[in-house]
Amino acid sequence: MPLIETSDGPLWKRRTTIKQWLIWAGWLIGVSIAYYAWNLISEKTIWMFVWDAPRQMVDIVGRMVPPSWSYMDNLWRPVWDTLNIATIGTVIAMVLAVPIAFLAANNTTPHKLVRAVALFIIVATRSVNSLIWALLLVVIVGPGVLAGTIAIGIRSIGGCSKLLYEAIEEINHTQVEAIEATGASRIQQMLYGIVPQVLPTFAGVAVFRWDINVRGSTILGIVGAGGIGVQLNASINVLAWTQVSMILLVILGTVFISEYVSAKVRHSII
Amino acid sequence: MLRLENVSKRYKTGDLALKNVSLEIPNGQVIALIGPSGAGKSTLIRCVNRLVDATEGKIQLGDTEITSLSSGELRKARRRMGMIFQEYALVERLTVMENVLSGRLGYVNFWQSLFRKFPKKDVKEAYRLLDRVGLMHMADKRADELSGGQRQRVGICRALIQDPEMLLVDEPTASLDPKTSRQIMRLINELCAERGLAAIINIHDVLLAQMFSQRIVGLKEGIIVYDGPPDGLTPEVLTEIYGEEDWEATIEDVDEEDDAPLVEVLK
Repeated sequence: MPLIETSDGPLWKRRTTIKQWLIWAGWLIGVSIAYYAWNLISEKTIWMFVWDAPRQMVDIVGRMVPPSWSYMDNLWRPVWDTLNIATIGTVIAMVLAVPIAFLAANNTTPHKLVRAVALFIIVATRSVNSLIWALLLVVIVGPGVLAGTIAIGIRSIGGCSKLLYEAIEEINHTQVEAIEATGASRIQQMLYGIVPQVLPTFAGVAVFRWDINVRGSTILGIVGAGGIGVQLNASINVLAWTQVSMILLVILGTVFISEYVSAKVRHSII
Repeated sequence: MLRLENVSKRYKTGDLALKNVSLEIPNGQVIALIGPSGAGKSTLIRCVNRLVDATEGKIQLGDTEITSLSSGELRKARRRMGMIFQEYALVERLTVMENVLSGRLGYVNFWQSLFRKFPKKDVKEAYRLLDRVGLMHMADKRADELSGGQRQRVGICRALIQDPEMLLVDEPTASLDPKTSRQIMRLINELCAERGLAAIINIHDVLLAQMFSQRIVGLKEGIIVYDGPPDGLTPEVLTEIYGEEDWEATIEDVDEEDDAPLVEVLK
C-alpha cells in the first residue's frame, strides 16, 4: 500500500497518508486529555502545601539526622521476626502452591472443574494485598508474628502458583511421552517426566518470592502483624524521627541483603 | 507376533492419518517403515503402544488385544514394547542412569520410583546395557551433557531395559550425522538380533532402511503401498511412495548385481 509509483521509479513510505494523519490525530487527542487532566488536578491541589514541600522535607530530614544508633539494640529482634515472617510465609506458600499449580496446569489437571477451582484460588489470593490479609488475621489469630506469617503465606500462594503452572504448561511433552511409553503410571510420569523439567523454575520462584516477601513483611507491623513495622509505627507515632531513620536504614540493609542472596541463588540455579 | 487389522486413525482435526492398515510382523523381524512426511508413520507406531488411540481396527501383540485394554492392563502391555524416539526424548535434567532406569517404571511402585530405589538386578542390567552401548563412563553425567549419538544410545538402553518383545523406533537418525546414523542403526539391528526382538523402524533415509532391515513397508497418505524385501524397492516403487523424482542414486548398489529387472531400469 505505501508503495507509490512515480515517474522516477517506485516511492516507498512507511505509512499511507491516511494512517499518518490518524496517528497525528491520536497524538492530538492524547495531549488534549493530558492537559485537561492536569487542570483538573491543579484545581483540587492546595498549592501552598506543595510550594512548602521542599522546606518541610529539609526539616524532617534534619530531625532524622543523625540516626539513633543506640536504638539498634531494640531492633535485632524485630529484624529477626521480619525475616522469619518472610521465610516461613514463603515456605507455607510454596507447599500450598505446588499442588495448586499441578491442578491448574492444563496438561496435568485431573478435570476442567478442578482447574477452574485452582485458578480461582490463584486469583483470589493474589487480588488481596498482604496488608489487608494481615488486618483480617490480626482480628482472627490476634496481633503478632503468626498473623503476619499467615498473611504473607496466603498472599504468596497465587503469585507462586501462577508462575509454577505456567512453567508446567511449557514443558517439553515428548519427554513425558517417552516416560509414558515405558508403562509408567500418571504419578510416575509426573515424577520422572515433569518434575525434573520444572524443578529449576520451582527453586527460582521460591527465591524470587522470598525476596518480595522480605520487603512485604517490613510493613505488616503497621497493622500489628509483627516484624519491624511495629517499631516503625510506634516511632512515627511519638515523632521519634531519629529512631525512624534508624529503622529505615535497617530495612534498607535487610532488603539489600535479601536481593543479594536471591540474585546469587538464582544465578547458581541457572 | 504383532498384528494390525484394518487400523484407521482420524485425528480430532478431521485428518485421516491411517486408512485401513493391516500388517503382520512375525517375532524377531525388523521392518523399516518408509514414506513421506505426514504419511502416518509416527501415527502407526504410536497406535501400537497407544500413545495415540486408533479410531478403528484391532491391534494384537501375541495374545493381547491392545486396543481394548484398560489403563492398568495397558501399562503392563507397554512394558513389552520399547520405544525409541526422534530427538531422543531423554529427560534432560536427569542423569544417564536415571534415564535408563526410567525404563523400569512400569515394574516398580510409587515409593521405589520416588526414592530411586530400583531393584539390584535392574541396576546391574542398566550398567550392563550402558557397557554394551559403550557409555559405561557416562552413567552419572546429566543427559543434556551428551552428544546426539550418545543420547540416542541412552534412549536405546531405556527401551531395552524394559525387557521388551519388540521395539517401536520413530526416526532414530533424524537429528544425527550420516556416520552416527549408521552406527545407531547398526546397533539397533545387532541388539534386535541378539535378543530376537521384532522392530518397526520409521525412517526417512531409504538407503539406511535397505541396509538395516529385513522387510520394507511403504506408507503413503495412510495406506500401505509397498510391502516386500529391501531389494524390491525399484524407482517405480519409490515413485509410488514418494512421488516423481530421480531415484536411481538413492537405491543401494548391491541391487545392480542380483536384481535383474532393476539393472534394466538403471540402463
